[in-house]
Amino acid sequence: MAIISVKNLIKTYGNGEVETKVLRGLNLEINSGEFVAIMGKSGAGKSTLLYQISLLDRPTDGQVIVDGVDILALDEDERTDFRLKHLGYIFQDYALVPELNAIENVIIPLLMEGISEDEAKKRGTESLKELGLDGKANNRPNQLSGGEQQRVSIARAIVQNPQILFADEPTANLDSMSSAAVIESLKRLHEKGQTIVMVTHEEEYTVDCDKVIYLIDGQVAEERIKQKPLK
Amino acid sequence: MFRKFKKFQTSLVVGTLLAKRQITRGNFWINLLIIGIMTLTFLSLVVISGILVGLLEGSFQANRERYSGDVFISTLADESSIQSTGMIQSTLESLPIVQDFTVRYKSGATIEANYRERRDFSALPNSVGVNIVGIDPEREESVTGLSESLVEGQMLESDESGYILLGSTFIRRYSNFSDLFEPLDEVYPGDRVKVSVTGKGLTFSSDLSGDSTASSNTQEFIVKGIVKSKVDEVSLAAFVTESDYRRLTGDTSLNAQEIAIKKADGYEDQYVKQVLVSYGFSNLAKIQTAAEAIPKFLDDIKQTFSILGTAIGGIGLVVSAITIFIVIYINALTRRKFIGILKGIGISGTAIEIAYVLQSVFYVLIGSLIGALIVYGLLVPVIAANPIDFPFSDGILVADPLPTFNRFLILFFVTVIAGYLPARLIVKKNTLDSILQR
Ligand SMILES: Nc1ncnc2c1ncn2[C@@H]1O[C@H](COP(=O)(O)OP(=O)(O)OP(=O)(O)O)[C@@H](O)[C@H]1O
Ligand SMILES: [Mg+2]
Repeated sequence: MAIISVKNLIKTYGNGEVETKVLRGLNLEINSGEFVAIMGKSGAGKSTLLYQISLLDRPTDGQVIVDGVDILALDEDERTDFRLKHLGYIFQDYALVPELNAIENVIIPLLMEGISEDEAKKRGTESLKELGLDGKANNRPNQLSGGEQQRVSIARAIVQNPQILFADEPTANLDSMSSAAVIESLKRLHEKGQTIVMVTHEEEYTVDCDKVIYLIDGQVAEERIKQKPLK
Repeated sequence: MFRKFKKFQTSLVVGTLLAKRQITRGNFWINLLIIGIMTLTFLSLVVISGILVGLLEGSFQANRERYSGDVFISTLADESSIQSTGMIQSTLESLPIVQDFTVRYKSGATIEANYRERRDFSALPNSVGVNIVGIDPEREESVTGLSESLVEGQMLESDESGYILLGSTFIRRYSNFSDLFEPLDEVYPGDRVKVSVTGKGLTFSSDLSGDSTASSNTQEFIVKGIVKSKVDEVSLAAFVTESDYRRLTGDTSLNAQEIAIKKADGYEDQYVKQVLVSYGFSNLAKIQTAAEAIPKFLDDIKQTFSILGTAIGGIGLVVSAITIFIVIYINALTRRKFIGILKGIGISGTAIEIAYVLQSVFYVLIGSLIGALIVYGLLVPVIAANPIDFPFSDGILVADPLPTFNRFLILFFVTVIAGYLPARLIVKKNTLDSILQR
């Protein structure tokens, strides 16, 4: 079943004289449990697409259904609430809050959902542990390496078991060792059934993906669906 | 409804966490700067008007302590003396609400000094017009502590005769008003002065030399001391004992001109006054509390100063509100990316706004606390011990708790708004724009 369904998605930047049409009637479907990679040249519109389907931005036109909800019909507060309850984010630059330590960064969405601090801490500690960060819970972002920070941000993204995990070039700022660790983490999440949509430039990180979508000029140029190996 | 409340509750939890961490782990110098501004604003709100009011309050206090007492009895407008003074006196003696009182007899007089050295009789004599005040030295001392105003010599004693205390304003070396009148030249304790009365109540002349009009009397006194005070009634008077006063003026009436009353502890001035009025004394004399006995123009100046102080403090408040706004705005602006990310991962705008409001609350509480400690722990006692030397008073710092608390409340609300507005402005910005900092 399609957890994300995009029809005729149009995103235009600017108004009046200088109009940049970034997404030009884009269609795609992503099924629950899929690990999807979005690829394409710089400026092709990968990030723009991700922002539209992850409710961080509002499309100019078209239809986007996420988890059965027509997201264009939501108001600002509903969108924020939707992001909190259904979506997880991994940003290229980790995007941790500098004043909060690792565990606080991870549990803040849980607290926002009304989960008690004790319970949140328990779940946060588990998430950090899963990502190999036990012992770093009380470190602040500036006391962590880039790779560790990115894994904290993955912990934050998955702590509430979101329906979909979005990642925009999560390894772009990392060396190959750290990148491999991050991809490995995503792979393990995928194996547990997590839906993941990831923008990447690296072909090698797509080997485990179920689907690779190539964008050219704001349109899906090619969709490669991997054959699942028969067990 | 319930869901909204629940949402607000969780926003409060998250906002509190963010506020705590931003204060404890944020930039120490920015915290210090904002708290410093809050403290200074609190001080400017409380201290400027407090000192302006205190300049007058100091003079009111001195007037009460050195002259009028807590309740002041004086002559009715159309009388020259307090009627039935003796009856009032004996009533005062019997009242437990009166701790002590002092009775004063007053009339106009001329004092001449240096007459022995006067060679040129065509020149004007070295004399000044004064209020001669007859007192019981012990009672005056008990009510107004007259001897504390002595700058030279000694206090009068009731069993002595022929001595006088001179107000310092009449003596050149103390006088600030020597351009207004000619004060007495070199007069020191032990010197002799001639006192002439021409006043009311004078029925006969004991001056047998007859060198003057029939209604005047002149006697020689030895200067016993010189009294200096910022209360004009003290430094512009000449004190003699009551018996000398009678001898000098020939006043046989027992009716006095002033009675200054010191109330017993635990009573309000107004209550003591009401009791006296209930005895019908207000038909015999004018009865005023210390506050009522203050000259009206001084009270008007106090009101003006108070308004002026509030206006100056108000400008300070506006300036610091803008400063706080700018500091918090810039602070929030530099954190715009993180505000965007928080919103991006689903943290409500309310939670972020709460974080900034709580920070402002923290700043205003700490700043005001430090300010209050400075005011009550340092400035009030220090200025009370070392009053500001002002021509007509020893200025103190008046910081009554209630007005101070009201000013704190104003500061509180202004600061909270100055913290909320920038947060709101930045929270309202497009989430993605904030995250991407474009
Ligand atoms: N706010 C904006 N205003 C105008 N044009 C924009 C804006 N944001 C993006 N664009 C344009 O949209 C196009 C697609 O941008 P986008 O960030 O989606 O590319 P991308 O595929 O993610 O590239 P990269 O691999 O470099 O990240 C670019 O040409 C860019 O200039
Ligand atoms: Mg991009």
